Amino acid sequence: MIWDFEFTGRILPDLLGGLWVTVQLTVIGYLIALSLGLAVAVVRRVRVVGPIVHGVMEFIRTTPLLVQAVFVFALVPPEISAFTVGVVVLGVHYAAYTAEVYRSGIEGVAKGQWEAARALSLPVSRTWGAIVLPQAIRKVIPALGNYLIAMFKDTPLLFAITVVELLATAQRIGAAEFRYTETITLAGLLFLLVSIPSAILIRRLERRYAAV
Amino acid sequence: MQFLIERFPLYLDGAWVTVQITLGGSALAFVLAMAFGILGTIKHWLPRAVATVYVEVFRGIAAMVLIFWMAYVLPDLTGYRLDRTFAAILAVGLNVGAYGAEVVRAAINAVPKTQVEATVALNLSWFQRMRLVVLPQAWAQMLPTFGNLVIELMKATAVVYLIGVVDLTAIARQVRDATGETVIAYMGALLIYFLIAQVLIFGMRLLERRANRKLGRTPPGGTGLGALLRHPVVPGAGGGVSG
Amino acid sequence: MPPSETPSAETPQGGAGQPQIVFDQVVKRFGDLTVLDHLDFSVEPGERVTLIGPSGSGKTTILRLLMTLEKVTEGRIDVAGEPFSHMRRGNHLVPASESYLRRRRRSIGMVFQQFNLFPNMTVRKNVIEAPVHVLGLSKGEANERAEELLDLVGLGDKIDAHPTQLSGGQQQRVAIARALAMRPDILLLDEVTSALDPELVAGVLDVLRQVAETTDITMLCVTHEMAFARDVSHRVLMFDKGQIAEEGPPEQIFEDPREDRTKSFLRSVLDNGF
Repeated sequence: MIWDFEFTGRILPDLLGGLWVTVQLTVIGYLIALSLGLAVAVVRRVRVVGPIVHGVMEFIRTTPLLVQAVFVFALVPPEISAFTVGVVVLGVHYAAYTAEVYRSGIEGVAKGQWEAARALSLPVSRTWGAIVLPQAIRKVIPALGNYLIAMFKDTPLLFAITVVELLATAQRIGAAEFRYTETITLAGLLFLLVSIPSAILIRRLERRYAAV
Repeated sequence: MQFLIERFPLYLDGAWVTVQITLGGSALAFVLAMAFGILGTIKHWLPRAVATVYVEVFRGIAAMVLIFWMAYVLPDLTGYRLDRTFAAILAVGLNVGAYGAEVVRAAINAVPKTQVEATVALNLSWFQRMRLVVLPQAWAQMLPTFGNLVIELMKATAVVYLIGVVDLTAIARQVRDATGETVIAYMGALLIYFLIAQVLIFGMRLLERRANRKLGRTPPGGTGLGALLRHPVVPGAGGGVSG
Repeated sequence: MPPSETPSAETPQGGAGQPQIVFDQVVKRFGDLTVLDHLDFSVEPGERVTLIGPSGSGKTTILRLLMTLEKVTEGRIDVAGEPFSHMRRGNHLVPASESYLRRRRRSIGMVFQQFNLFPNMTVRKNVIEAPVHVLGLSKGEANERAEELLDLVGLGDKIDAHPTQLSGGQQQRVAIARALAMRPDILLLDEVTSALDPELVAGVLDVLRQVAETTDITMLCVTHEMAFARDVSHRVLMFDKGQIAEEGPPEQIFEDPREDRTKSFLRSVLDNGF
């Protein structure tokens, strides 16, 4: 079968619409992952609650996102949209990763910093907010960047709960028109078009932060 | 609970398919990671370029897109239809192999330059240097990240039901369709995925300890079964394969 | 970097008394930094030469050039009467290829400042690896050789230990055994005691004294151990700014240095308790 350019032109707007949904999912999900992951990393140091939270996150990290999404979608009331469920599940799933990244950053803060804060009788909130977290987060920014791309590439899994993003759009058109060659290939190319430049950009940022 | 126990044999069949694809995909990913990772450390530009292209392309495409492509586009283009389980193994293996290649390359480059100089002083060839000195030392450094990648790969296999492979997720769907009990049906799948992951983590930890012992190091966190069962540390980068 | 001018293809006169190592107008630059500046010197077979001088004077670079860890920028090095940094092609000399270097450097061994033992191998493995894989010795022969050499360096009982279980001094003695197991004609010693705790230095130097007394291996030795240099070496070369500032037998260099640079260097070394 030969590549049909006319068909390609016709489906491109729809695919770009799908790409827009993908980008929204990624960005909002990433913000959830960044903030929830930080909260988890801090709570993990609390007695009793910490290990429980860690166990839950470990479960989330080692089971497939797709299955989690279907599970949660069935669990919540039907008024909640697939997009909302999708974005939250994606964000929470990746919070399990970012929490580990933050944790390594927190553990990397020198013991003397904690001791100095103690010596100054700083309250817990200041110790974390003004001393530990600023140092920890600066160190892990490059590692956190990688997960943005990973999440971008995981968004197609949300089609399982009827979130119509790029790949689902392509699949739909393919099924309707009985032409998969252009649709799926084009979807793949659009993914590369976003993910490779982002990867290069993030690597550049990494180098900048690593130099500091 | 009764619900799941009745259907346990069904789930077990699906889990076995998931395990097969996971192990097959891991084996393929390992071979690709080693080959392209080593190519990426060679001074000449050509092998390095080949490695870079492989890594960037297959890291850039989601495993799911790859699976679709193999199942729908490849037969369309070539007229040749791959066995579905094989296509699934190929897709996840190619994808995770690209991540693994970066791990291998970084680990080889992290072997101290002085070790390479010592091999020059002993007149070992490039091949001997790799086999006897560089790879055995890089191995211990690769393993923790490999452990994470195996988990990522297992998770990525959850999409293979889309091309008609009857894996654990496919079974959950079947149970859901037959009973309408989505929450319990998928809960069962999640629990089994979690169990498989724990076994994989345990196995990788054993390999890690062996590798560290060979380098004369005591693994961090002490020895004994307790240390083995403790939860693993996820490094900042290296995770996050599509799936 | 390839040499900017191709040296002539003449080799030193053959026959008896032919030098083992010849540096002919050797220049080594790293970027804008000139480490060796048109250096000429030669070493006779069996001669033990100590290189001294302030850090950055190019001593270690000489050893690294001989071990082919670096390439000359200009000039050439000959070993055993044959071109070493270069190889013959027709009537010309061209920079040596990797396979040529591999063949030629077989006769040269090196002991490093940081030992550089392979952590993935036991002591025994460290010593027999190259004899088995490079010289093609059988496992049995190599083991015999390893046991003999480890006895010589006083570590016969540590043969199945891991490098990480040994002290720095013991590791360095294993490294010496490892280099000797290749039966080199030339042994390069690069500040082999600098990374050691003071109390471990003597053990390593004793081993080297023994090697010097019982073999006729040509030795090039970069060291700050002036007493050792005096005991063991036939000749001392004082380096400064990439050139030889002064040379002579150890008694003369240490007791009656002529150059001011040598005097001030020796004074600074002795003041620092070396």
